[in-house]
Amino acid sequence: MKIHEHQAKDLLRRFGAPVPQGRVTDTADAASNICEELGGRCVVKAQIHAGGRGKGGGVKVAGTPEEAEAIASEILGMQLVTPQTGPEGQEVKKVLIEEALDIDQELYLGITLDRKSGLPVIMASKAGGMDIEEVAAEDPDAILRVTVNPFLGVQPFQLRALCSGLGLTGKTAKQASDLIRSLVEAYMASDASLAEINPMMITPNGDVYALDAKMNFDDNAMFRHKDLVELRDLAEENELEVRASEYGLNYIKLDGNIGCMVNGAGLAMATMDIIKLYGGDPANFLDVGGSASQEAVKAAFQILIDDPSVKAVMINIFGGIARTDRIARGVVGALEELSADGPVTMPVVVRLEGTNVEEGRRVLEEADFDFIVADQMASAAEKAVAAASAASGA
Amino acid sequence: MSILVNKDTRLLVQGITGKEGMFHATTCREYGTTVVGGVTPGKGGQTVDGFEVFDSVERARQKTDANVSMIFVPPPFAADAIMEAAAAGVELVICITEGIPVNDMMKVKAFIEDLPVRLLGPNCPGVITPGEAKVGIMPGHIHSPGKVGVVSRSGTLTYEAVWQLSNVGLGQSTCVGIGGDPINGTSFIDTMSLFKDDPDTEAVILIGEIGGTAEEEAAVWIKENFDRPVIGFIAGATAPPGRRMGHAGAIVSGGEGTAEAKQKTLRENGIHVVESPADMGNKVAEVLG
Repeated sequence: MKIHEHQAKDLLRRFGAPVPQGRVTDTADAASNICEELGGRCVVKAQIHAGGRGKGGGVKVAGTPEEAEAIASEILGMQLVTPQTGPEGQEVKKVLIEEALDIDQELYLGITLDRKSGLPVIMASKAGGMDIEEVAAEDPDAILRVTVNPFLGVQPFQLRALCSGLGLTGKTAKQASDLIRSLVEAYMASDASLAEINPMMITPNGDVYALDAKMNFDDNAMFRHKDLVELRDLAEENELEVRASEYGLNYIKLDGNIGCMVNGAGLAMATMDIIKLYGGDPANFLDVGGSASQEAVKAAFQILIDDPSVKAVMINIFGGIARTDRIARGVVGALEELSADGPVTMPVVVRLEGTNVEEGRRVLEEADFDFIVADQMASAAEKAVAAASAASGA
Repeated sequence: MSILVNKDTRLLVQGITGKEGMFHATTCREYGTTVVGGVTPGKGGQTVDGFEVFDSVERARQKTDANVSMIFVPPPFAADAIMEAAAAGVELVICITEGIPVNDMMKVKAFIEDLPVRLLGPNCPGVITPGEAKVGIMPGHIHSPGKVGVVSRSGTLTYEAVWQLSNVGLGQSTCVGIGGDPINGTSFIDTMSLFKDDPDTEAVILIGEIGGTAEEEAAVWIKENFDRPVIGFIAGATAPPGRRMGHAGAIVSGGEGTAEAKQKTLRENGIHVVESPADMGNKVAEVLG
């Protein structure tokens, strides 16, 4: 789960991190007032989840409250296109109005899981404001890495090493150390998967601030963070993905025209891969999961055919924990329900294997719907690609 | 021979009174695994469907001498269940539960570090030695005893591989699901080193997926240490970067963990990589001649 910059900053502030003063708003009027309160100069920052907002014109400095109002009215409601949004962009619904601080130096600070050690790792770099992934690719040695004991927290010697690596001394090193400690505490306490301050900014006076903040969270831990779940912004997520998540389905929208329904994440990825190998393009990743109920399978099917780009559906079920007869009944039930509103003409290729497969195949055979049945993954992909290209008139 | 589980396995099922726990305790027993009982705190003393239920793993161990435990406990309590099994002296803990928070798994790793226990999973289908013991959620009937080992981060993709092997007349020594989470107990390398010590495993299918670098590390290890053929498949070549593909661990981030990079490293280290998930079985047959 992701949250907005202003929400991440509120969270970090609670852990003692120095964050510029500011407030979020959804009107240009209020932007002017907030700018006035901040002393007449401010930064107007579009609040969308995607990064690279500055490059797309979503972050601007205002020298007066009037200018803040003008910039806010320009940014609010715009479709902000950044390198991370895709060409359609993302609508800006809120702006963060923050005090404009003088910048002497911009550094990078982040914490995430190091999969190799299974422990959190702090990353820091002098190359602030840049995409850390670019830095990592071009000059990996420019990134300092410190693995943290998650139970004992970051130790003073580790903070000293980070500060010295960043070339910080005196009160700046002290403030940066406090910020790093706050970041680690916030990361652990909120079950984050990523916490990033990019840039961590140093003023000409040597004071340290979190100028930007990004936090992602471990979805599996959100059951114990009701307060964070409330910060979820559904407008930032794909509508079909939101609907899928309500049914506990793992669904990710892609660009192709073959809708996929598969059980198990690995097989779902492999199904996408084999569609590609046979010259087709998957429209989605969809894992109906181990214990998918008939209701969930119906919902999954409806999501697939509600996607206007889907021209054919490939169902690939290998039943272990998910019994194939249950999946088959869900598929038939969904089609019966949908057929009540008019006949379903979508070609549906089905490949079933595993626990109770005879029963599953019987359910499909006895259904009124004309399934295209395949007994191998490769032939299923081949049939799905053929059906999709026939339906597209290609 | 085989690895991890066999005829001597004495299985305890944690979370046995839950729906999935009971269903799969039963499928394991039907397969021929010795299931000695189950654990659900607060429900000790009952007998359900012939399974004796205990309040704690410690109590169950005293009464049954269980050496392997399989966990179906819901995610918020699963880390505790793993630690309980480890503390009670269970040798092999197989955690099926999907959705355990990463921070909980950090605690588990720290807790079990110095204990004589092996953790498999979490978020895994378990392990099966065909004809001897099934400890997991895989459909037993697709397996047959033989000489090919299988190790995988994915459940259903493992079944797919087994199905293909059986279709070309190749049986399996042991099939191991190491799980799809970013932090797991047993790695590809751990599993490969067990296969190395099993003279009856003549080839191994290694099924990886996007995310992390475990496959690359395993490839380097295999080149130096494993002298039998390894056939590899990496799922997720079509996955967009930055998106978590179902498994918590299946994400390409920062240019690291791509299918392309993994395939390349596997090939460079002598592993027979197949592009299509439908070719795994045929490739093993071809390599073994």
